[in-house]
Amino acid sequence: MKWLLLKDLQILRRSPLQATLLIAYPILIAVLVGFAISGDEEKPRVAFLNEVPADSRISVGGEQLPSSNVSERICARVECLEVEDRDEAEAKVSSGEVLAALVLPANLVDRINSLSTLTPGVPEVEVLVNEDNSVKASFVDDRIDALLAEANLAIARRIAKEGSRYLGLVIDGGKLELIGQTFPILGLRASAEILAALEPALEPQLRPALKQVREFADEARDNLDVAGPLIDRLAQPIAVKKVAVGGEAPPLETFAIAVAATFTLAFVTVLLVAGSLALEREENAFPRLTRGLISRGSLLAEKVLLGVAVGLLVTLLLLAGLAIFVPLAWERFALWLAAIVVGGAALGAAGAALGAAAREVRAVSLLAFMVTLPVAFLSLVPSGAVGAGVYDAIGVITAVFPFKPALEALTAALDPSDSIGGPLLHLAVLTIVYGALARLALRRFAAI
Amino acid sequence: MQAQELVKRYGSRDALRGVSFEALPGELVAVIGPNGAGKTTLLSILAGILAPDAGTVELGGDAVGWVPQQAALYRRLTVEENLLLFARLERHEDPRASAERMLELIGLGERRGEIVARLSGGNQQRINIAIGLLARPRVLLLDEPSVGLDPRQRARLWEFIAGLADDGTTVIFSTHDIQEAERYGGRLLVLADGEALFDGAPSSLREAVRREAPEAADRDFETAFVAYLHHRGH
Repeated sequence: MKWLLLKDLQILRRSPLQATLLIAYPILIAVLVGFAISGDEEKPRVAFLNEVPADSRISVGGEQLPSSNVSERICARVECLEVEDRDEAEAKVSSGEVLAALVLPANLVDRINSLSTLTPGVPEVEVLVNEDNSVKASFVDDRIDALLAEANLAIARRIAKEGSRYLGLVIDGGKLELIGQTFPILGLRASAEILAALEPALEPQLRPALKQVREFADEARDNLDVAGPLIDRLAQPIAVKKVAVGGEAPPLETFAIAVAATFTLAFVTVLLVAGSLALEREENAFPRLTRGLISRGSLLAEKVLLGVAVGLLVTLLLLAGLAIFVPLAWERFALWLAAIVVGGAALGAAGAALGAAAREVRAVSLLAFMVTLPVAFLSLVPSGAVGAGVYDAIGVITAVFPFKPALEALTAALDPSDSIGGPLLHLAVLTIVYGALARLALRRFAAI
Repeated sequence: MQAQELVKRYGSRDALRGVSFEALPGELVAVIGPNGAGKTTLLSILAGILAPDAGTVELGGDAVGWVPQQAALYRRLTVEENLLLFARLERHEDPRASAERMLELIGLGERRGEIVARLSGGNQQRINIAIGLLARPRVLLLDEPSVGLDPRQRARLWEFIAGLADDGTTVIFSTHDIQEAERYGGRLLVLADGEALFDGAPSSLREAVRREAPEAADRDFETAFVAYLHHRGH
């Protein structure tokens, strides 16, 4: 067995591309994942604009809290990037430097304080988002919900306490402070006692007591009217006003379909083109073919065409299958075709470049898989979810491989919220570049 | 076909050092020499697969058929599919008829529907040669064509190749089997370490061997040939 092991190691040593990939791949993945999950990057970066006056104090249920406590609580949950004004916040969101911008308006504390009054307002914070990606949109929504849940819970506890005090007045009676005056509240309990006392003798002289009971009924009704809106605010004391400053994201399910279709198109096309080109060499047929039977350019074009045709068929089958469960915009079928064909051509050209770079079909398949899979996953990382430097690096990687533009083209083809022109142009450029690279790589194809 | 002063280098190693020779229509030229002599490199240059670093090849406009040592065909296709494919790529007017002719020629008509990967090495080599012939060449280049064939298949192959030469096709084949070269080659080109040591008829090579390695003259031709190479410094 050891001799077989030695033989396999020798073969591996003589395939430097495969050996290099086997070593470089886990390192690359470890570095990428490490960057993504390490340090402060686990907190999403949020631009933070606090317009609340510094001396404002939150007062709910008789307790006083400094307003700065609000920003401290928020910035404990996210990485806050303080901005000077709304324009700066919008710019950072639009550029993808931050996941979102949180704006605390100047009247926020006043409105929070009004929650414990008889005329409660609606405290509102503003969140600026750039939902250029459905996954990101969903991620932002989750983060906003989580961020506000804690603040809402703290305020809700105080409001609930205040509501209980009002209800206590209704039940037990007492004094109600309102606009600087004090009103006595009889309460249901005392009313019942009075009624009980009056019951044995309903004489005319008891009319004042009956009048008191009638007045209590009026007071009770008014107090319950006040408690009603307060209790309504318990569910979400602070409202969120979400403002989209960038592109509009397509529905999540449309985006999910585009992702599934692009994965299918990418793997089918890249693996098929790369594998079939490598097979020409493995079968020793490449020199025979290119001795005059067919030009190298024509051979490449034939392989890419094969990839596009099969990719188109498989992707359309996938979409047709998904259409059973999710309604699709069949009236945009021509755009689907454009996205799949142009995307398939770019992915096929990339597959041809990979196929021309390796010696054997198995090595090519491994190479194509190892390149396509991480690029596909990187293409789904939303801006703001990782550090700026890492995101820039991801942007470069995903821009030079056709997966992300193909995903953008398919998303735009399936949903009208995005423009398809840019991604198609990007794919056309990549097709030319990878076609040229494949043509260059074929020069050494026969010699190996 | 005329080759003049062909030179080919792989890094610092000289695979061919100024090899020149010519072959006339109907000639059967055997390129012989030990392993690494430059036989495959020479045939690859003549076939246009490799470009020489120096020197020229003149073909007189004749089509060249090339049969590489390792079968260049699709093992996952059937015998007939392979022939049909290459007949189409060679733009034959009636590819089916051409494929049929080749099947008859190589004697695999009854196995036309079999996947090539399931055939023996000898049968794969017959298809390999048939594909080379589909180019309808005036010059046919065969790199070690009889490797892996049993004696009966080999005899049949040489009979077939001799028939092509009789019809006027120039046939140039490489081999390291000196007896096969002597038996079937009308002319021998001896290569060693990229250098042409001899170019002439088999009987002339025997003369040269007797002259330069007299101590081995009475032994079998292969032994005498090895002694000759030794005397020439190889």
